[in-house]
Amino acid sequence: MTNLMAMPLVLPILMAVLLIFLRNYRYVQRVLVVVTLLVMIGMSIVLLQHVHTDGILRLDFGGWQPPFGILFVADPFAVLLVLIATIVTLFCMVYAFSSFSARYERMFAYPLMLLMLAGVNGSFLTGDIFNLFVCFEVMLLASYALIALGGRTEQLRESLKYVITNIIASWLFLVAIAFLYGTIGTLNMAHIAQRVQEVGSDPLITTIALFFLIVFALKGGLLLFFWLPGSYSVPPVPIAAMFGALLTKVGMYAIIRTFTLMFTAQPEITHQLITIMAIITLIAGSLGALAYRDIRQIAAFNVIIGVGFVLLALGANNEAAYAGAIYYMMHDMVGKAMLFLICGTMIYLTKQERYDDMSGLIRHYPLFGWMFLVVMVSLTGMPPFSGFVGKVMMGEGLVASGSYVSLAIGFGASVIILYSLLRVMLHAIFGETMIADEDKVKLPKPMLLSIVVLGAVSLYLGTSAEMVLPYVTDAARVLADPSIYIEAILGK
Amino acid sequence: MRINDVILRTVVRFVVFIILTLAIYLFFAGHYSPGGGFIGGLVIASAFVLLYVTFDIEKVKKGIPVDFKKVAALGVFLAVGTGFGSVLFGVDFLTQAAKKFHIPLLGEKELGTVMLFELGVALTVVGVVMTIIVSIAEGDGD
Repeated sequence: MTNLMAMPLVLPILMAVLLIFLRNYRYVQRVLVVVTLLVMIGMSIVLLQHVHTDGILRLDFGGWQPPFGILFVADPFAVLLVLIATIVTLFCMVYAFSSFSARYERMFAYPLMLLMLAGVNGSFLTGDIFNLFVCFEVMLLASYALIALGGRTEQLRESLKYVITNIIASWLFLVAIAFLYGTIGTLNMAHIAQRVQEVGSDPLITTIALFFLIVFALKGGLLLFFWLPGSYSVPPVPIAAMFGALLTKVGMYAIIRTFTLMFTAQPEITHQLITIMAIITLIAGSLGALAYRDIRQIAAFNVIIGVGFVLLALGANNEAAYAGAIYYMMHDMVGKAMLFLICGTMIYLTKQERYDDMSGLIRHYPLFGWMFLVVMVSLTGMPPFSGFVGKVMMGEGLVASGSYVSLAIGFGASVIILYSLLRVMLHAIFGETMIADEDKVKLPKPMLLSIVVLGAVSLYLGTSAEMVLPYVTDAARVLADPSIYIEAILGK
Repeated sequence: MRINDVILRTVVRFVVFIILTLAIYLFFAGHYSPGGGFIGGLVIASAFVLLYVTFDIEKVKKGIPVDFKKVAALGVFLAVGTGFGSVLFGVDFLTQAAKKFHIPLLGEKELGTVMLFELGVALTVVGVVMTIIVSIAEGDGD
């Protein structure tokens, strides 16, 4: 049973390898990708149910007991994110089937996307800080290839920035791990947490914590997001959607995991700093979302606003805020994937990148136009869509801890999201159409389908909050009380 | 201009076999003592690179007619696949087993499933290293 936990990492790797041998059989590739991802979604749901009833599970690779071996830990937070990541990947893939050219499909695009998912899932599930580094690298190596695949000039320019930034971040990550190992003498995350608690508030550990914060802030786009808008807007649409939906989430997950579990000794320094960084990120992201007219840039800055909003939870540091953060992260994965897919489709349909060069898309593509309304409402956080529940809980948490500044700026940013997308909607979706009926580009069904389904997932997360909430509160409890996690790993 | 490399060619013919033997030794020495699939794979790759340096690419390709990308893929498949062996036996993922066997001529030897895993690692290393070096050497191929 515990072996089920390895599957979100192992299945995509195995299937990616298989697809390399099936390079020239495009349709076989597509079928296999869909089947694998459906199986993975099923497994994640079973695993989630299992974790919900039996508590946190662990898988010791090769039977080596913690704290000596490398292990995977299935806690509700990780499994929820794995589930949503796999669902999002499935629909990005379905979208890719109709948007990738045959050449792209033969250049190993699907295997690379699967490998990236493997790295993302591995990062969520791992319970060992060095293994976290390895899973980060798996994810990043796949993303390096994906961002440059196609070889257009701007792709190469942005991929160079992206690769250099991430290599420096990875190097810092390795240095930080070395410092931590030198100080604490263990790499198992639960064991580190235990030893840090024994040491108490030690300035050395706080310094190491800040090191980790820089690393994860670079990867997650918290304050240090200078590389993000460029590199997220150059790859092909479905890949950009996966980037926007998944990659920053891994950095955010790592920040939340390490700063709720391991580095909790001096919150007046670390958590305070994270809050300040989150607030600046929110403000800068809002400015960016307002400043640009290129819709891909607007989408990218919306990602940054999402990062800032979720990490406000660490400042509040209570269960309600964490529940809100988890719910919002799940919502954000679906919402951002949908936003990137929609923006990409708009560019595909009009051949324009600026929203003021587009007009009247809803006349030719009514359902697509309504989907833009859905994503806008969802990202703003209005009921009945998923953003609402997360924002309400986050608001409760922030009020409970008295962080009114965070509250005001976090909710103010929602208004900015609404405004930035409403501008696009009024210009590009409404208005008089500029395209004559005979010049109309056909919108392929699979593209529309994946956007509609993601919208439906967002609606489901919003309306069936009662079904999802028990899992989310489970996850939040673990974050608010790290001793549950430590006991599950080292107690047995 | 043709450089006279008769010494290089003659030496390489022998040295390649010595390197490959060393690679096999390192490969089997692994697990309990220094060595293993990664090092073994690197040494095998270095033997191949030496062949590429000495003889021209076409000739070596005729001698070793494999697509190194697929070698790497096969390696990953094998390494991950051995993990599934432990799933079938209902133990933790990647658990390895070993047993002593009496093999004629060689005597008492321990055979372990970890060897299959290491073989996967070795093939991956050979495949990746060769793919990188050959594609840099060829400029834009494919």
